[in-house]
Amino acid sequence: MSSLLKTHDPSEMNGLDFDVEKIRQDFPILHQKVGSKPLIYLDNAATSQKPQCVIDAVEKYYREDNANIHRGVHMLSERATDYYEGARKKIQAFLHAKHAHEILFVRGTTEAINLVAQSFGRTNLKAGDEILITHMEHHSNIVPWQLVCEQTGAVLKVAPINDRGELILEEFRKLLSEKTRLVSVVHISNSLGTINPVKEIIAMAHNQNIPVMLDGAQATPHVPIDVLELDCDFYAFSGHKLFGPTGIGVLYGKEKFLDAMPPYQGGGDMIRTVTLEGSTYNQLPYKFEAGTPNISGAIGLGAAIDYLYQINFSLATRHEEELLHYAQDKLAAINGLRMIGEAANKISVCSFVIEGIHPHDLGTILDQEGVAIRTGHHCTMPLMKRFGVPATARASMAFYNTLQEIDSLAAALRKAQEVFA
Amino acid sequence: MSDLRELYQEVILDHNKNPRNFHKLDNANHSAEGYNPLCGDQLTVFVKTDGTTIQDLSFEGHGCAISKASASLMTSILKGKSTEDAFKLFDKFHHMVTGEMGSEPDAELGKLAVFAGVCEFPSRVKCASLAWHTLKSAISSGEQVSTEGDDL
Ligand SMILES: Cc1ncc(COP(=O)(O)O)c(C=O)c1O
Repeated sequence: MSSLLKTHDPSEMNGLDFDVEKIRQDFPILHQKVGSKPLIYLDNAATSQKPQCVIDAVEKYYREDNANIHRGVHMLSERATDYYEGARKKIQAFLHAKHAHEILFVRGTTEAINLVAQSFGRTNLKAGDEILITHMEHHSNIVPWQLVCEQTGAVLKVAPINDRGELILEEFRKLLSEKTRLVSVVHISNSLGTINPVKEIIAMAHNQNIPVMLDGAQATPHVPIDVLELDCDFYAFSGHKLFGPTGIGVLYGKEKFLDAMPPYQGGGDMIRTVTLEGSTYNQLPYKFEAGTPNISGAIGLGAAIDYLYQINFSLATRHEEELLHYAQDKLAAINGLRMIGEAANKISVCSFVIEGIHPHDLGTILDQEGVAIRTGHHCTMPLMKRFGVPATARASMAFYNTLQEIDSLAAALRKAQEVFA
Repeated sequence: MSDLRELYQEVILDHNKNPRNFHKLDNANHSAEGYNPLCGDQLTVFVKTDGTTIQDLSFEGHGCAISKASASLMTSILKGKSTEDAFKLFDKFHHMVTGEMGSEPDAELGKLAVFAGVCEFPSRVKCASLAWHTLKSAISSGEQVSTEGDDL
């Protein structure tokens, strides 16, 4: 099953086409209008839409299987537990992790990073120690480290990027030192679309025995992930960006790290025994899953992963590449448009600014044309500063987007230029 | 497109392109910085008052067309008005952009009526009111304001 996610030999692909119109039928939300215009959803980096099978899985769980997990001997509780743990196994296969208990369910990428910052960070950091991130991080891979730095006296180091929005690896290497305790890097940038050279990053860090965490929020929907092959120590992602529900996400951690880390939150499910004098903790993964988890969310995320196998992910990503190149050409033809993020290796995310029109105004005008994009700083204020802009407009494509939708985007941008002419 | 023309009226586009009173005010005795985290609009409003009357005012910063035009028009209209009247006008303006008012903008709003279209665009209310919030804060305390948590 998991081999479907690996890149196929191109010869196997002959005659196989990605039928985007058929795929779109799986996403009920796409078939609506904004005023009189058809909805064109190009805000997938913020959150993705959900296929019918995910909606059905969540609904079926509440209709037929709802019970608390790991607690009851009754039929429903056993069934709910099976589905919840089944979802964990699906995610294990999806990430190619060694053990299912290395998969922790959390609320999302943000909570996953906070968990590592507080549990791993507070245990392993002392004054003067360093954590290394990059200039293109989402706030959720900056602020948790700033918090733990305040708590421990550790120092946050930031590796620079070039004008195309690529990490400068040489500078990154120079910032690794005997004081570095952890590297935490975004796998794919949400604002720029840049795919970071994570294999090289991990090899460099491991060379000095420094563990590496990857923020995979934008990577999981667009590239196959193999945590063993990458050899990363922690990997975080959010279900809602991967065509699953909101409120569910995953932290993968190597067993040796998770075993050594103290619990993040205390409560039910995460204990072995509790006395009023003290408690002993449950084994992995439950040590990190205090309280009743998001059961339906986990099940919905499992269904989203099933869906990705079913549609043939490698064909989907090839379609996304076509969308990217098409969009890059169309946008380049617009007068006064400046792309922000021109990495050689990037996913279907186009951030840009247009001379004389603030991104927020663009967003409003595009909405009138049915085109949903994100405008603002995209939770990457340091990155906006690096490029000297307060905000950008960002069109982010998923495999259910079409070339015609890119045409509509370009037409709407020209309309905005007319309004502001 | 008709809603768009309602929102982006010529006067607004003109004030966006050529903002009035768009400079630092050297003899200001009040100033405050306003920030709209949603779109990154950031502006500073400078005011010179004698305690009761706004003798001069200006602004600096960057933002979308709505926030820039709103700051530009606000600074043009309030020069010479009492702070009390300015706050009253802000109330009326706020009512207009949030759509809490009847269909016709209050006559006292004068030129500010060009912002009536904003009420059709709830996500833009903060942009239109940022300069006003900032002015109020400059006069009353001189602190940084953020439109985060504003009622719309
Ligand atoms: C690169 C990146 N990291 C982290 C996050 C945070 O994800 P969430 O809000 O789902 O926790 C996002 C989402 O906006 C993101 O794009």
